[in-house]
Amino acid sequence: MLFKTITKENFKKMVEGLLEENEVIGPRSRDQDLGGNKIYRFLKINSFEELEMDYTRSYSSPKNYFLPFEEDLATYRLNDKDWEQEIRYTIHPRVIIGMRACDINALLKLDQVMLKSVYPNPYYFARRRNTLIIGLDHEPLEDCFCRSMNTDTVFHGFGLFLTDIGDRYFVAINSDTAYIILNQFDAREVTEEDQERYKTVKKQIESKFKTQVDITILPELMDLEFESEIWKKWGHKCLSCGSCAMVCPTCYCYGIEEDTNLTFTKATKRRFLYSCNLLDFAAVARGHNFRPDAHIRLKYRYYHKFRGFVEAFSQSLCVGCNRCGKACLAGISPKAVIDDLIKTEKK
Amino acid sequence: MKYLGITLERPKIGVFDFTGCEGCQLQIANKEEDLKDLFDLVEIVNFREISSDRREDYEIAFIDGCITTDSEVARLKKIRKQAGILVAMGACACLGGVNNLRSRFSLSDVIREVYDRHHINTGPVRKVADVVHVDIELPGCPISKPEFEWLVRHLVLGIEPQFPKYPVCVECKQRLNSCVLDMGLMCLGPVTRAGCNAVCPRNRLGCWGCRGPSEEANFESLIEILREKGFTEEHIAERVKFFNAFSGVLNSDR
Ligand code: SF4
Ligand code: SF4
Ligand code: SF4
Ligand code: SF4
Ligand code: SF4
Repeated sequence: MLFKTITKENFKKMVEGLLEENEVIGPRSRDQDLGGNKIYRFLKINSFEELEMDYTRSYSSPKNYFLPFEEDLATYRLNDKDWEQEIRYTIHPRVIIGMRACDINALLKLDQVMLKSVYPNPYYFARRRNTLIIGLDHEPLEDCFCRSMNTDTVFHGFGLFLTDIGDRYFVAINSDTAYIILNQFDAREVTEEDQERYKTVKKQIESKFKTQVDITILPELMDLEFESEIWKKWGHKCLSCGSCAMVCPTCYCYGIEEDTNLTFTKATKRRFLYSCNLLDFAAVARGHNFRPDAHIRLKYRYYHKFRGFVEAFSQSLCVGCNRCGKACLAGISPKAVIDDLIKTEKK
Repeated sequence: MKYLGITLERPKIGVFDFTGCEGCQLQIANKEEDLKDLFDLVEIVNFREISSDRREDYEIAFIDGCITTDSEVARLKKIRKQAGILVAMGACACLGGVNNLRSRFSLSDVIREVYDRHHINTGPVRKVADVVHVDIELPGCPISKPEFEWLVRHLVLGIEPQFPKYPVCVECKQRLNSCVLDMGLMCLGPVTRAGCNAVCPRNRLGCWGCRGPSEEANFESLIEILREKGFTEEHIAERVKFFNAFSGVLNSDR
């Protein structure tokens, strides 16, 4: 990997340059919660000033810029006997600024499913290819457990990755395009002093992790505790609202629906993101439902994350961002559920 | 109208008003640019708001409003007899709706307050399903025109419409809204049927449950959560009872 530094002033110029030709997405706050904390989300920015580089955590992950909550897969022009299908994979070039290591690692997990499987997802591919990711380091929050998931650092899957070292950013460079762009804005070679500052910041970050989740034997534990009462305990609280999957950077389940216009001359095939916690998730034709109980649906969400995906890809489908825990009104978080599982096992 | 070369039947439709604000009917009459296409698809034979035709040969009946008087009961039963498919349309018809607020007071007090000494014949608020069998419930206060058109397309094609069983939170999260409960406002989104695109939380208002309960909604958990967040019993009851969507979920009315 190549490293350079760029002053904050020059970084601003770079963002302004990127804004000229690209759609630029970054963290912005709109509302405040009861504690007076800003609520951030990844939204389109129109000027550098709108970008909040000091943001903490976005309420929802930026996954929707790769797997939109709703997208048209195909449109159809219907005529008397036949139809013409139109499919568009093209998207406007996009830059996302401020993604965390965990969120980029989440994309690498999605890549496994979307790009490296037997049937790659061309819509995802187009978005992934046409998006320049500029990552950003931060000090972990109280409840971040990415360290436990081994997703607190990232080495590929982005264009640039920034670490704030005072008046400048220490930049890891991971693509030609990113390299060329960066160099247009007077990026400098890394000095010894920069390197020292970088190491200090990294140590500082490392020392701030508070929350740990023990996943050493989790996949086995999940099988052993398949009938555990803890699923009922948490399932009883679960609202089956799907918020967890919507905000999660790695949940990718979807539904497909087809509809026509009012004159039956055009039709659309649409995909929308879904959640295995929803009652409709396993409902099939004529009303049968394979997972009618909330606690079983909750259990299977955890199974997919911490057992099924491990079996298939040798890694969990979780990056430890705790967005699901934050969004869950019922207080259901991976930390709480996994700790509970471990406790039962020890009893 | 043809669909891929197959000629579609043009069902005859009647739209009937009972006790309500007529907002749902107005929704159908709205979006004028689409009305011609809608009329190509279905034949409107009885709909006071848009036509003077009063034919009785409708096949599908849309009912707007709740049922309050004896004459309304008789009229509704007559419509039920004629209609092959009866659709309750909007919160009043599906749930009792806002009108149900008056059920908190004695009927005579309500009549005196509103009509003074005029004689008025009105009874308890009933949803359509309390009186006749309902085939389809089209939720909302008011209904949305796109969802109405979506339903009509299903009816014309003879496909059973599948409304979301899941709650409003799904759509709320998909629109990247801030959760209003985090901001100190009350919200019934977690137990209310989705389909409105979370329009109220989108505008930083909590959900009032106008689309009725989501399926298998976990009321107990939500009410527990609302209590923990410090909402008073009165505040919770006020919200839960507003559209009469969740009768029986509070201990106080069991
Ligand atoms: S775990 Fe929480 S966020 Fe997820 S469906 Fe259940 S209540 Fe909703
Ligand atoms: S912590 Fe929750 S939201 Fe974050 S990746 Fe894991 S399951 Fe998804
Ligand atoms: S946890 Fe559930 S919603 Fe998320 S990817 Fe797995 S099955 Fe899908
Ligand atoms: S604002 Fe209401 S509907 Fe939206 S996520 Fe929060 S509880 Fe659910
Ligand atoms: S958010 Fe709730 S009250 Fe508002 S339109 Fe939707 S269902 Fe009705």
